[in-house]
Amino acid sequence: MSERTAVIASRVGLHARPAGIFVAAVGELPLEVTIAMAGEPADDAMDASSILSIMSLGASNGDTVVLRAEGEGADEALESLVKILETDLDAE
Amino acid sequence: MRTIVQTLPGSASTDKSETGRTFAGVGVSPGRIIGSILLMPQAVREPAVGDRLAEGTSPEEASTALRAAAKAVQTNLTTRSVGASGAGREVLEATALMANDPMLIKAAVKLITTGTSAERAIWDAAASVAEMLHNLGGYMAERATDVLDVRGRIVAELRGVPAPGIPYSDTPFILVGEDLAPADTATLDPAKVLALVTSSGGPQSHTAIIARALGLPAVVAAVGVDALAAGILVFVDGAAGTIMVDPGADEVALANGWATTTAALAVFDGTGRLKDGHLVPLLSNVGGAKDAVKAAAAGAQGVGLLRTEFCFLERDTEPSLAEQVEAYRGVFDAFPGKKVVVRTLDAGADKPLPFLTDASEPNPALGVRGYRTDLSSPGVLERQLAAIALAAEGTEAEVWVMAPMISTAEEAEHFAGLCQAAGLQTPGVMVEVPSAALTAASILGHVDFVSLGTNDLTQYAMAADRQLGPLASLNTPWQPAVLQLIRLTVAGSRDEGHDKPVGVCGEAAADPALAVVLVGLGVSTLSMTARALSAVAAVLASVTLIETQGLAALALTAHSATDARRIVREKLPILTELGL
Repeated sequence: MSERTAVIASRVGLHARPAGIFVAAVGELPLEVTIAMAGEPADDAMDASSILSIMSLGASNGDTVVLRAEGEGADEALESLVKILETDLDAE
Repeated sequence: MRTIVQTLPGSASTDKSETGRTFAGVGVSPGRIIGSILLMPQAVREPAVGDRLAEGTSPEEASTALRAAAKAVQTNLTTRSVGASGAGREVLEATALMANDPMLIKAAVKLITTGTSAERAIWDAAASVAEMLHNLGGYMAERATDVLDVRGRIVAELRGVPAPGIPYSDTPFILVGEDLAPADTATLDPAKVLALVTSSGGPQSHTAIIARALGLPAVVAAVGVDALAAGILVFVDGAAGTIMVDPGADEVALANGWATTTAALAVFDGTGRLKDGHLVPLLSNVGGAKDAVKAAAAGAQGVGLLRTEFCFLERDTEPSLAEQVEAYRGVFDAFPGKKVVVRTLDAGADKPLPFLTDASEPNPALGVRGYRTDLSSPGVLERQLAAIALAAEGTEAEVWVMAPMISTAEEAEHFAGLCQAAGLQTPGVMVEVPSAALTAASILGHVDFVSLGTNDLTQYAMAADRQLGPLASLNTPWQPAVLQLIRLTVAGSRDEGHDKPVGVCGEAAADPALAVVLVGLGVSTLSMTARALSAVAAVLASVTLIETQGLAALALTAHSATDARRIVREKLPILTELGL
């Protein structure tokens, strides 16, 4: 099981637009990825390919989230997803 | 410029007996245009509570059908997003993802396995997701609407009926429906919609307001028009308030004439004046900095109404000082050296703000709204005045402030005191409650100006809800009683003795014929949607002050609103020339 943390850079948090970009990136991966707020048990992690799950996480700017995935290429995949979360997508 | 569709009559699948059939409604936004119609679908009906799987349908079959419907909705929204641009594109992309969201579908499938029908399953699953988003508050709460929109689309897909909301088409069309909701008008693409026609609604309905803001010809309260078939060709005259099925050569000529007129009317030189040189400053109503920049480009001589609540309509909480300063400053910066009248938060009735208004009032139009929210939420108004004062510091705009929904001189005095304490020099109030019109002299003893809000003044004088279609004929500022209240307000200003300004910032100012009457009644400035500036300026320039006074006298003594409008329009031949 690979695990990475990311600090949400979007000023308004993981709302529709940044969440949409993130979910689209997850959807392109051949892996199952989960997302949870830092400090929460892995069992409560949400499906990262669901925009509604991501939005219901309610992650605000500056919050830390944990991404998890298993399988070949998981480390690289999670690195690329961390990069997306740590970019202020509203600024673009 | 609107495209004129010149398809030959009869090319659409029209029943011959319909040819030339006309519908009469209330014209709310001028313009003459020919185009084929598309119908606004009915809202999606809720599946019965506890609706079970049909006999012979297995949960597996229902789940497959649901997945197929969700996928179809996603594909449809994705296709549309490719054609959209900017913010619209991003919203569609995100909504498309929601349509086929694994969490949503999983929750619905779980319900289906317990025997619930696919329609009811997605209905309930989406409702819980929407509630969860709503409870998160703020931006997420607003997205709850998107989830419910997606739900309606999936249910429509399962039933094989058209998707709810404004229909999508590659070619421009005339939108026909019963009435439009604020949410529909927000998704309306002015590049695709040629005109708006509704069978219900009144002159102050959302349909009318959005049509005027976008410069689209519009007719409301045209009974029976929503029974026409999609695809047929009609001629719409937004000034006369008529719709004609399968128009002939005369209508084609009128539509082409209008296209020429709009080009000629597109310019306003930035000084409102009558034929004799009497000055009538023409200002604009704006909802934020973006509007203000557009209004300045259209030649507006200032802002007669900054609707501050429009800066914060989607907010659950009171905006911070810094947010307010930024929003107001953007407007001030667009009008250096010019007047900007800031109206304090006008929440309530059709514009609820969760942090100010109580949604459970039985009669919100007569409830705690506008200035009155200072009673139930003390402090918000004072903080807003402080933000306005701070935003005004260092700008070149001449900042005036006014309170909405003032009923008594006592309230005006209290508001003036708050303004003074905040360091704001020019306090004023709105006159939209009849009591304020009747006591204008005492009110002006405490403040420096008044501004007539004709939409609410009409609804209160006539005791007729602005949103109700059946009351459209009562709900027009052409009502002689409303004109009398305007006359009394001007008289109050003269009685007070300092000749303090009386402006109009309601929809009435955007009607060129009524603008003439208002000037004749002694109104000193007119503020309107930026789109109307050039038409109003052109008509005002065709009359002298004495002529406006004569027309005002005729309108005041008319037997009815219809007569008042007809009599005044007959004396203004320029209206027919310009197709206004």
